[in-house]
Amino acid sequence: MDHFEGKSLSWELKDGVIELALHREPCNEIGSLTLVELEKFVAALEGMAGGAHALILYSKMKAGFSAGADLRELYQQAQAMERSAAAAGVRDYLERIHRVMNSIDALPLTTIAAVHGVTFGGGFELALVCDLIIADKMARFCFPELRLGLIPGFGGIPRLKRDLGNAVVRDLLLTGRSFNAIKAQAVGLVSQVVAEDQALRVARGTAAQLGKFDRRTSIAAKQFIKPIPYEELRREIDLFCELFAQPAVEEGLRKFVESTDAQPYLP
Amino acid sequence: MTAFDQTLDQILTLAATHFKVPREKLTPDDDFFKTLGIDSLQALDLLTKLENHFKVELPDYELQGVSDFRTLASRIQSRL
Repeated sequence: MDHFEGKSLSWELKDGVIELALHREPCNEIGSLTLVELEKFVAALEGMAGGAHALILYSKMKAGFSAGADLRELYQQAQAMERSAAAAGVRDYLERIHRVMNSIDALPLTTIAAVHGVTFGGGFELALVCDLIIADKMARFCFPELRLGLIPGFGGIPRLKRDLGNAVVRDLLLTGRSFNAIKAQAVGLVSQVVAEDQALRVARGTAAQLGKFDRRTSIAAKQFIKPIPYEELRREIDLFCELFAQPAVEEGLRKFVESTDAQPYLP
Repeated sequence: MTAFDQTLDQILTLAATHFKVPREKLTPDDDFFKTLGIDSLQALDLLTKLENHFKVELPDYELQGVSDFRTLASRIQSRL
Protein backbone atom coordinates (compact mmCIF):
# COMPACT_ATOMS: atom_id res chain seq x y z
CA MET A 1 0.00 0.00 0.00
CA ASP A 2 1.89 3.07 -1.26
CA HIS A 3 -0.58 5.53 0.20
CA PHE A 4 -2.63 5.63 3.39
CA GLU A 5 -4.71 8.25 5.15
CA GLY A 6 -5.40 7.33 8.76
CA LYS A 7 -6.81 9.14 11.75
CA SER A 8 -3.48 9.67 13.45
CA LEU A 9 -1.01 9.36 10.59
CA SER A 10 -0.69 9.03 6.86
CA TRP A 11 2.01 7.92 4.47
CA GLU A 12 2.93 8.14 0.84
CA LEU A 13 5.68 6.66 -1.32
CA LYS A 14 6.83 9.05 -4.00
CA ASP A 15 10.06 9.21 -6.02
CA GLY A 16 11.74 6.60 -3.84
CA VAL A 17 10.96 8.39 -0.57
CA ILE A 18 8.32 7.30 1.92
CA GLU A 19 6.90 10.18 3.95
CA LEU A 20 5.14 9.30 7.18
CA ALA A 21 3.18 12.25 8.58
CA LEU A 22 1.79 12.33 12.12
CA HIS A 23 -1.41 14.33 12.48
CA ARG A 24 -3.27 13.52 15.65
CA GLU A 25 -4.60 16.43 17.73
CA PRO A 26 -3.31 18.02 19.85
CA CYS A 27 0.34 16.99 19.50
CA ASN A 28 0.53 13.42 18.20
CA GLU A 29 0.09 11.71 21.55
CA ILE A 30 0.88 8.05 20.93
CA GLY A 31 -1.95 5.87 22.16
CA SER A 32 -3.70 2.73 20.96
CA LEU A 33 -4.98 4.29 17.73
CA THR A 34 -1.54 5.54 16.70
CA LEU A 35 -0.04 2.18 17.60
CA VAL A 36 -2.52 0.33 15.36
CA GLU A 37 -1.75 2.67 12.49
CA LEU A 38 2.00 2.40 13.07
CA GLU A 39 1.63 -1.40 12.93
CA LYS A 40 -0.24 -1.00 9.67
CA PHE A 41 2.60 1.16 8.40
CA VAL A 42 5.25 -1.39 9.36
CA ALA A 43 3.24 -4.13 7.63
CA ALA A 44 2.98 -1.97 4.50
CA LEU A 45 6.72 -1.28 4.53
CA GLU A 46 7.46 -4.77 3.24
CA GLY A 47 5.76 -3.85 0.01
CA MET A 48 7.16 -0.33 -0.18
CA ALA A 49 10.78 -0.73 0.93
CA GLY A 50 11.91 -2.25 -2.37
CA GLY A 51 10.87 0.88 -4.21
CA ALA A 52 12.29 3.33 -1.70
CA HIS A 53 15.68 4.52 -0.53
CA ALA A 54 14.58 6.84 2.29
CA LEU A 55 11.89 7.38 4.88
CA ILE A 56 11.01 10.76 6.36
CA LEU A 57 8.97 11.04 9.57
CA TYR A 58 7.42 14.40 10.33
CA SER A 59 4.47 16.05 12.03
CA LYS A 60 1.71 18.17 10.59
CA MET A 61 0.77 19.47 14.04
CA LYS A 62 1.82 23.00 14.88
CA ALA A 63 2.78 22.25 18.49
CA GLY A 64 5.48 19.83 17.53
CA PHE A 65 6.64 16.41 16.44
CA SER A 66 4.99 14.53 19.31
CA ALA A 67 4.26 15.09 22.99
CA GLY A 68 4.83 11.37 23.63
CA ALA A 69 2.64 8.62 24.99
CA ASP A 70 -1.05 9.31 25.45
CA LEU A 71 -1.01 9.57 29.24
CA ARG A 72 -4.71 10.29 29.51
CA GLU A 73 -5.56 7.08 27.71
CA LEU A 74 -3.03 5.16 29.80
CA TYR A 75 -4.50 6.52 33.01
CA GLN A 76 -8.11 5.90 31.99
CA GLN A 77 -7.39 2.35 30.87
CA ALA A 78 -5.45 1.61 34.05
CA GLN A 79 -8.34 2.97 36.13
CA ALA A 80 -10.86 0.80 34.33
CA MET A 81 -8.98 -2.44 35.02
CA GLU A 82 -7.81 -4.57 37.89
CA ARG A 83 -4.18 -3.83 38.71
CA SER A 84 -2.93 -7.16 37.29
CA ALA A 85 -4.92 -6.70 34.07
CA ALA A 86 -3.59 -3.15 33.70
CA ALA A 87 -0.03 -4.40 34.14
CA ALA A 88 -0.58 -7.08 31.50
CA GLY A 89 -2.09 -4.49 29.17
CA VAL A 90 0.89 -2.19 29.58
CA ARG A 91 3.32 -5.02 28.85
CA ASP A 92 1.37 -5.99 25.74
CA TYR A 93 1.33 -2.38 24.55
CA LEU A 94 5.09 -2.03 25.11
CA GLU A 95 5.84 -5.29 23.31
CA ARG A 96 3.86 -4.03 20.33
CA ILE A 97 5.37 -0.56 20.24
CA HIS A 98 8.86 -2.05 20.58
CA ARG A 99 8.19 -4.29 17.57
CA VAL A 100 7.22 -1.20 15.59
CA MET A 101 10.22 0.82 16.77
CA ASN A 102 12.66 -2.04 16.17
CA SER A 103 11.28 -2.56 12.66
CA ILE A 104 11.74 1.09 11.72
CA ASP A 105 15.16 1.16 13.40
CA ALA A 106 16.35 -1.77 11.27
CA LEU A 107 14.77 -0.71 7.97
CA PRO A 108 16.91 -1.18 4.86
CA LEU A 109 16.37 2.50 4.09
CA THR A 110 17.95 5.67 5.38
CA THR A 111 15.47 7.16 7.82
CA ILE A 112 15.15 10.83 8.74
CA ALA A 113 13.09 12.43 11.50
CA ALA A 114 12.21 16.02 10.59
CA VAL A 115 11.21 17.52 13.92
CA HIS A 116 9.93 20.81 15.26
CA GLY A 117 8.52 21.99 18.57
CA VAL A 118 7.74 19.47 21.28
CA THR A 119 9.62 16.20 20.79
CA PHE A 120 8.99 14.63 24.17
CA GLY A 121 8.93 11.17 25.70
CA GLY A 122 7.57 8.63 23.24
CA GLY A 123 7.83 11.22 20.46
CA PHE A 124 11.52 11.64 21.21
CA GLU A 125 11.85 7.85 21.21
CA LEU A 126 10.21 7.68 17.79
CA ALA A 127 12.70 10.23 16.45
CA LEU A 128 15.54 8.22 17.97
CA VAL A 129 14.83 5.17 15.82
CA CYS A 130 15.71 7.24 12.77
CA ASP A 131 19.20 7.38 11.30
CA LEU A 132 19.24 11.18 11.16
CA ILE A 133 17.36 13.89 13.04
CA ILE A 134 16.89 17.22 11.31
CA ALA A 135 15.54 19.79 13.73
CA ASP A 136 13.80 23.11 13.35
CA LYS A 137 15.55 25.53 15.72
CA MET A 138 12.36 25.65 17.82
CA ALA A 139 12.46 21.90 18.55
CA ARG A 140 12.82 20.71 22.15
CA PHE A 141 13.75 17.23 23.31
CA CYS A 142 12.83 15.80 26.69
CA PHE A 143 12.33 12.63 28.68
CA PRO A 144 9.81 13.71 31.35
CA GLU A 145 8.98 10.18 32.49
CA LEU A 146 10.71 10.29 35.88
CA ARG A 147 8.23 12.87 37.12
CA LEU A 148 5.57 10.16 36.66
CA GLY A 149 7.63 7.59 38.51
CA LEU A 150 8.53 5.85 35.25
CA ILE A 151 11.35 5.54 32.76
CA PRO A 152 10.94 6.00 29.01
CA GLY A 153 9.29 2.83 27.71
CA PHE A 154 9.51 2.95 23.92
CA GLY A 155 13.21 2.13 23.71
CA GLY A 156 14.52 5.59 24.47
CA ILE A 157 17.30 4.90 26.92
CA PRO A 158 19.04 2.09 25.02
CA ARG A 159 18.85 4.08 21.79
CA LEU A 160 20.05 7.28 23.39
CA LYS A 161 22.90 5.31 24.98
CA ARG A 162 23.75 3.92 21.57
CA ASP A 163 24.01 7.39 20.09
CA LEU A 164 25.31 9.65 22.90
CA GLY A 165 27.67 9.74 25.84
CA ASN A 166 26.31 8.35 29.09
CA ALA A 167 26.58 11.71 30.91
CA VAL A 168 24.20 13.32 28.43
CA VAL A 169 21.78 10.42 28.78
CA ARG A 170 21.85 10.81 32.56
CA ASP A 171 21.27 14.55 32.28
CA LEU A 172 18.18 14.09 30.10
CA LEU A 173 16.83 11.15 32.05
CA LEU A 174 17.54 12.11 35.65
CA THR A 175 16.70 15.83 35.47
CA GLY A 176 13.76 15.53 33.08
CA ARG A 177 14.82 18.84 31.56
CA SER A 178 14.43 19.60 27.89
CA PHE A 179 17.20 20.40 25.41
CA ASN A 180 16.71 22.85 22.60
CA ALA A 181 17.81 21.94 19.08
CA ILE A 182 21.13 23.77 19.31
CA LYS A 183 22.07 21.94 22.49
CA ALA A 184 20.86 18.69 20.94
CA GLN A 185 23.13 19.26 17.96
CA ALA A 186 26.05 20.17 20.23
CA VAL A 187 25.80 16.82 22.04
CA GLY A 188 25.51 14.88 18.78
CA LEU A 189 21.82 14.03 18.81
CA VAL A 190 20.76 16.22 15.91
CA SER A 191 22.33 16.12 12.47
CA GLN A 192 21.20 19.53 11.22
CA VAL A 193 19.51 22.54 12.83
CA VAL A 194 17.47 24.59 10.39
CA ALA A 195 15.28 27.69 10.42
CA GLU A 196 11.69 27.56 11.63
CA ASP A 197 9.38 25.49 9.43
CA GLN A 198 12.27 24.28 7.26
CA ALA A 199 12.93 20.82 8.71
CA LEU A 200 10.76 18.94 6.23
CA ARG A 201 12.16 20.84 3.24
CA VAL A 202 15.72 20.09 4.32
CA ALA A 203 14.84 16.45 5.04
CA ARG A 204 13.45 16.12 1.52
CA GLY A 205 16.65 17.59 0.09
CA THR A 206 18.71 15.18 2.18
CA ALA A 207 16.56 12.23 1.06
CA ALA A 208 17.05 13.25 -2.58
CA GLN A 209 20.81 13.28 -2.05
CA LEU A 210 20.73 9.79 -0.48
CA GLY A 211 19.01 8.48 -3.58
CA LYS A 212 22.19 9.07 -5.58
CA PHE A 213 24.08 6.36 -3.68
CA ASP A 214 24.14 2.65 -4.42
CA ARG A 215 21.36 1.26 -2.29
CA ARG A 216 23.11 -1.99 -1.32
CA THR A 217 26.09 0.01 -0.08
CA SER A 218 23.85 2.31 1.97
CA ILE A 219 22.14 -0.69 3.57
CA ALA A 220 25.48 -2.37 4.31
CA ALA A 221 26.85 0.84 5.85
CA LYS A 222 23.78 1.26 8.04
CA GLN A 223 23.87 -2.33 9.25
CA PHE A 224 27.59 -1.98 10.00
CA ILE A 225 27.26 1.20 12.07
CA LYS A 226 23.83 0.96 13.70
CA PRO A 227 23.45 -2.04 16.01
CA ILE A 228 20.07 -2.49 17.65
CA PRO A 229 20.44 -3.02 21.42
CA TYR A 230 17.85 -5.81 21.67
CA GLU A 231 18.97 -7.07 25.08
CA GLU A 232 18.75 -3.62 26.69
CA LEU A 233 15.43 -2.95 24.97
CA ARG A 234 14.07 -6.13 26.52
CA ARG A 235 15.33 -5.09 29.95
CA GLU A 236 13.76 -1.68 29.51
CA ILE A 237 10.32 -3.28 29.08
CA ASP A 238 10.83 -5.36 32.23
CA LEU A 239 11.96 -2.35 34.26
CA PHE A 240 9.12 -0.18 32.98
CA CYS A 241 6.57 -2.84 33.96
CA GLU A 242 8.17 -3.24 37.37
CA LEU A 243 7.97 0.52 37.97
CA PHE A 244 4.45 0.74 36.57
CA ALA A 245 3.27 -1.44 39.44
CA GLN A 246 4.40 1.16 42.00
CA PRO A 247 1.68 3.36 43.58
CA ALA A 248 3.69 6.50 42.71
CA VAL A 249 2.89 5.98 39.04
CA GLU A 250 -0.86 6.03 39.47
CA GLU A 251 -0.49 9.18 41.56
CA GLY A 252 1.82 10.78 38.98
CA LEU A 253 -0.56 9.98 36.12
CA ARG A 254 -3.55 11.22 38.08
CA LYS A 255 -1.78 14.44 38.90
CA PHE A 256 -0.92 14.99 35.23
CA VAL A 257 -4.36 14.11 33.89
CA GLU A 258 -6.27 16.15 36.45
CA SER A 259 -3.86 19.06 36.46
CA THR A 260 -5.29 22.52 35.90
CA ASP A 261 -1.80 23.93 36.28
CA ALA A 262 -0.71 26.10 33.39
CA GLN A 263 2.57 24.24 33.31
CA PRO A 264 1.87 20.47 33.24
CA TYR A 265 4.71 19.98 30.77
CA LEU A 266 7.27 21.66 33.01
CA PRO A 267 9.04 19.46 35.56
CA MET B 1 19.56 51.30 31.28
CA THR B 2 21.07 48.49 33.37
CA ALA B 3 22.00 45.11 31.90
CA PHE B 4 19.00 43.63 33.66
CA ASP B 5 16.65 46.25 32.20
CA GLN B 6 18.04 45.56 28.74
CA THR B 7 17.44 41.84 29.19
CA LEU B 8 13.89 42.48 30.40
CA ASP B 9 13.19 44.81 27.50
CA GLN B 10 14.46 42.29 24.97
CA ILE B 11 12.31 39.55 26.52
CA LEU B 12 9.20 41.73 26.28
CA THR B 13 9.98 42.55 22.65
CA LEU B 14 10.67 38.91 21.74
CA ALA B 15 7.46 37.74 23.45
CA ALA B 16 5.40 40.43 21.73
CA THR B 17 6.83 39.57 18.33
CA HIS B 18 6.57 35.79 18.70
CA PHE B 19 3.01 35.78 20.03
CA LYS B 20 1.88 38.75 17.91
CA VAL B 21 0.87 40.95 20.83
CA PRO B 22 1.42 44.74 20.78
CA ARG B 23 4.64 45.46 22.67
CA GLU B 24 3.04 48.32 24.60
CA LYS B 25 0.53 45.91 26.14
CA LEU B 26 3.25 43.98 27.94
CA THR B 27 4.66 45.09 31.28
CA PRO B 28 7.37 43.46 33.42
CA ASP B 29 5.05 42.18 36.12
CA ASP B 30 2.43 40.72 33.80
CA ASP B 31 1.52 37.07 34.17
CA PHE B 32 2.72 36.03 30.73
CA PHE B 33 0.42 33.01 30.59
CA LYS B 34 -2.55 35.37 30.90
CA THR B 35 -1.26 38.36 28.97
CA LEU B 36 -0.01 36.32 26.05
CA GLY B 37 -2.85 33.79 26.32
CA ILE B 38 -0.46 30.86 26.15
CA ASP B 39 -0.36 27.34 27.56
CA SER B 40 2.58 25.35 28.86
CA LEU B 41 3.65 24.12 25.41
CA GLN B 42 3.70 27.66 24.08
CA ALA B 43 5.68 28.70 27.16
CA LEU B 44 8.30 26.19 26.05
CA ASP B 45 8.32 27.95 22.67
CA LEU B 46 9.04 31.19 24.49
CA LEU B 47 11.82 29.48 26.44
CA THR B 48 13.37 28.24 23.19
CA LYS B 49 13.15 31.71 21.65
CA LEU B 50 14.87 33.19 24.69
CA GLU B 51 17.58 30.52 24.81
CA ASN B 52 18.32 31.01 21.11
CA HIS B 53 18.35 34.79 21.38
CA PHE B 54 20.48 35.09 24.51
CA LYS B 55 22.55 32.00 23.66
CA VAL B 56 21.98 30.51 27.11
CA GLU B 57 20.57 27.27 28.44
CA LEU B 58 17.78 27.62 30.94
CA PRO B 59 16.65 24.29 32.38
CA ASP B 60 12.87 24.31 32.28
CA TYR B 61 12.58 23.38 35.96
CA GLU B 62 13.98 26.85 36.70
CA LEU B 63 10.74 28.18 35.24
CA GLN B 64 8.58 26.23 37.63
CA GLY B 65 6.26 28.72 39.28
CA VAL B 66 7.61 31.59 37.18
CA SER B 67 4.88 33.44 35.33
CA ASP B 68 6.00 37.08 35.16
CA PHE B 69 8.50 38.65 32.78
CA ARG B 70 10.59 40.24 35.54
CA THR B 71 11.39 36.93 37.24
CA LEU B 72 11.97 35.33 33.86
CA ALA B 73 14.47 38.09 33.08
CA SER B 74 16.30 37.47 36.36
CA ARG B 75 16.59 33.76 35.52
CA ILE B 76 18.02 34.62 32.09
CA GLN B 77 20.30 37.32 33.51
CA SER B 78 21.82 34.83 35.95
CA ARG B 79 23.01 32.77 32.97
CA LEU B 80 24.53 35.61 30.93
